[in-house]
Amino acid sequence: MTVTSPVPVERNWVDSLRADGIERDDALADLHDLLLRAARFEIGRRRAALSHVRGEELEDLAVQAADDAMVAVLAKLDSYRGASRFTTWAYKFALLEAGVRVRRRAWQAREVVLEPESWPSFEDEGASVERGHEAAELLGALQSAVREALTPHQREVFTALALNEVPIDVLSERMGTTRGALYKTLHDARRKLRAELTATGHMEEK
Amino acid sequence: MTDRNDRLERLLGPTGPDIGCEECFERLDEYVELELQGRDAEARIPGMRAHLDGCPACREEHESLHALLS
Repeated sequence: MTVTSPVPVERNWVDSLRADGIERDDALADLHDLLLRAARFEIGRRRAALSHVRGEELEDLAVQAADDAMVAVLAKLDSYRGASRFTTWAYKFALLEAGVRVRRRAWQAREVVLEPESWPSFEDEGASVERGHEAAELLGALQSAVREALTPHQREVFTALALNEVPIDVLSERMGTTRGALYKTLHDARRKLRAELTATGHMEEK
Repeated sequence: MTDRNDRLERLLGPTGPDIGCEECFERLDEYVELELQGRDAEARIPGMRAHLDGCPACREEHESLHALLS
């Protein structure tokens, strides 16, 4: 994949994108170049997760991400308030679209498991027998809190995202929901677990 | 005790205000530019750092935008 030079940022993007005729056409073409550059950059950074995917498919992913980012940028143009440069604002749409595609492509053939596949070990290497008992007790307390303090939906989301490390965009696609809604569920689950472990003396209050 | 606590803290995520994924995306461009200008981005957008610590996907986008502009 080739990475083209950045498009100059000095122009008034918003006016050009709202103009008519050639000015708008030029701005649209430049915007797409800029978004494609960001999408290729992101896919290049995450390439290790897609080592089994051919180069042409990676380029297809970049183009699809740039196309969808372009639609999003144009749809949200009225919400651009100038808190950052326009190019910075636009880049994030391409990075989001590309990142989501990479995560979903990397997990395409993998099953999403909503039951714990493994629990973290709280045992420290070379620790005393007493510390080993403490670690086992902490793990038991965590397992009990997950089982008893969470709703079934919170348990599934916490298990998939925090324990099994399923990417949030993969889970949102499989569950038919959004990243934001899943994160809110995860956040609430974590807060409940923290409260439970604090109440049973396994954590200090923060 | 530290390793064990770190592992548990990582699992349970950050405490304190967390702006969530939608607002994180909305203000990511502003946050990264403030960081690159050496300004106190967290003071301007409280709760962003906690969110980036707790959400790996948003964290990746933050790192990528930072890297793209650096």
